[in-house]
Amino acid sequence: MSNYKVPTMAEMAASGESPEILFWVGCAGSFDDRYKAVTQAFVKILNKVGVSFAVLGPEETCTGDPARRAGNEFLFQMQAVANIQVMNGYNVKKVVTACPHCFNTIKNEYPALGGEYEVIHHSQFLQSLINEGKIVLKGGGDFKGKKITFHDSCYLGRANNVYEAPREVIKALDIELVEMKRCRTKGLCCGAGGAQMFKEPEEGKKDINIERTEEALKTGASAIAVGCPFCLTMMSDGVKNKEKENEVKVFDLAELIAKDQGLS
Amino acid sequence: MNILPQVVFILVFAAAGYLLYKRISFLKRNILLGKSETRNDQSSERWKTMALVAFGQQKMFKRVLPAFLHLLVYVGFIVINLEVAEFIIDGIFGQHRIFAPLLGGAYTFAMNFFELLAVGVMASCLVFLIRRNITKVPRLVMPELKGWPALDANLILVIEIILMAAILTMNATDQLLAERGTEHYIALGPLFFSGLIKPLFMNMGEGTLTFVERFAWWFHIIGILGFAIYVTYSKHLHIFLAFPNTWYSNLKPKGEIANMPEVTNEVNMMLGIPTEGGSEAPTEIARFGAKDINDLSWINVMNAYSCTECGRCTSECPANITGKKLSPRKIMMDVRDRAEEVGKSIDAGGKGLEDGKSLLGDYISKEEINACTSCNACVEACPVNIDPLSIILQMRRYVAMEESGSPAQWNAMFQNMETSFSPWKFPPSDRFNWAESVKDEEMK
Repeated sequence: MSNYKVPTMAEMAASGESPEILFWVGCAGSFDDRYKAVTQAFVKILNKVGVSFAVLGPEETCTGDPARRAGNEFLFQMQAVANIQVMNGYNVKKVVTACPHCFNTIKNEYPALGGEYEVIHHSQFLQSLINEGKIVLKGGGDFKGKKITFHDSCYLGRANNVYEAPREVIKALDIELVEMKRCRTKGLCCGAGGAQMFKEPEEGKKDINIERTEEALKTGASAIAVGCPFCLTMMSDGVKNKEKENEVKVFDLAELIAKDQGLS
Repeated sequence: MNILPQVVFILVFAAAGYLLYKRISFLKRNILLGKSETRNDQSSERWKTMALVAFGQQKMFKRVLPAFLHLLVYVGFIVINLEVAEFIIDGIFGQHRIFAPLLGGAYTFAMNFFELLAVGVMASCLVFLIRRNITKVPRLVMPELKGWPALDANLILVIEIILMAAILTMNATDQLLAERGTEHYIALGPLFFSGLIKPLFMNMGEGTLTFVERFAWWFHIIGILGFAIYVTYSKHLHIFLAFPNTWYSNLKPKGEIANMPEVTNEVNMMLGIPTEGGSEAPTEIARFGAKDINDLSWINVMNAYSCTECGRCTSECPANITGKKLSPRKIMMDVRDRAEEVGKSIDAGGKGLEDGKSLLGDYISKEEINACTSCNACVEACPVNIDPLSIILQMRRYVAMEESGSPAQWNAMFQNMETSFSPWKFPPSDRFNWAESVKDEEMK
């Protein structure tokens, strides 16, 4: 048996190869202790399925999303233009990322700066692997017969109209998907978008992630599925705040698939 | 033949037309205080959006009960105004029910239909008054609606009820006069709703009856003309602006924030990338982002004039739901208020935009714009495709780039991104550390 491989674009280029997809890891995927597990789970799935992929590794930087949304257009474009130069240098055609913020920025905002790629969110990618029969699910695993609810990320849903792919992935797992009252186009933000992740919230009655977590807990689900690193953090914090961390777990879609496949 | 009514009618009509023209010019100039922006690509998609969203009320139906009542008022408004065409012709030529002999039974049918709609409008307006003033639907009694906005809303509803009552009164007395064979009055087939209130006028003499009928007729037409002028001062302007507003909708993905090409040039120069236009000095940039209405696009300002303050945006806003000061509706109301203030000042020979005030600071606080999660719930919720998020983001740009006045934690994040290429303060060399343990693991 061989080990899991995580090739970089630089290594690939050095050996004259070019992968089919670039897996864009993102800052949370690289540095956030909890979210690194999602990155690892996704990489294991890619290995298992035999998808030809590479990462930028040390050459990757922030897409610039939080800077642009906080108003610092200069900083955004500095990051974006540098990233585009790197990606165009490797002749990247197809990008897959687990972060809806990176997804949105690279897909919608990089073209104006000279970066044109086919950009796919990992929920869409996982759905296509399932549909093509490349991932055959065993059905539920730890969650078989239990309820799970999906929290729509604003940057996946309203921002880019991706509502069904994550739900298809969950349904394929043979778990009972229960919807929150506010879902799909009416989904409530986790509270972290628009660079809110990087500052304390303004004064109010409560924090947004608490409001959203309360709604998720009301469904009676034993797990909350997310498809975004910020949502993962915000919902996990919310569950902890409600002292439900022993009963209710928060997982990314890639982790659910990896668990089902016995990869983690 | 007494031509005095005709002369009076024509004078009233001309005066209303003049006032309306003045108001429309005022509004147009105010909207064009915003920066120019061209948004007329994909015209077939734009017509389709307008047909569905404005004409077809598509997004209203996310909330079924108010949507149904609103639909009644909307259809009533459009259809009953067909009758106004007859009013105008009658008024100018001194005729009465000029279309009745031409259309015969169809005319009676149309009148019955108009009356049905009039009753529907009255009932809807009554429910709307109850929702605002008695059951106090939360989004209709929020702080930004105190004062004129609340009065404006109630006035519109009361005016509409009175105008509809005038139609029914007119038809009831008109038919009583026709039955008595009074000259000019034409007997139609039975009219159901005005038939119900006929007994109220049954005992009146012919003179009184004629007076009531004429009063109702004049009241209705002057009311309509007055309402048309009033609308230009009111949030009710959405009845016209919803159409251009939806035509000029943002058709790009909601998550996409518009690029600033003037920044791209500078960034390219800093990174040593050849820019289009070669070594030419970049054109002087007036201001980054938006501090006042003239920094916004005219479409942003038109959005503000199209807003009917329904508050669906605010009731979906996660920041507002959790008690923060941000209310997307208030952002739109502030833009309109500021445009009105500047417009009036210019007309009075005042300082206009240079009055020492600005949208950001005097109307909208940083606390409000900083609370936005850019989640697009407000944009999704708006029944006429208004985009409050665009305005919020442009103001954030002004604060960040012109004032360096972003919250301290954001400034720290900017610094991290500049030095470590990540919003968190981690050494860039650690970026790939996550792969170590995976590479060591045997593939399952």
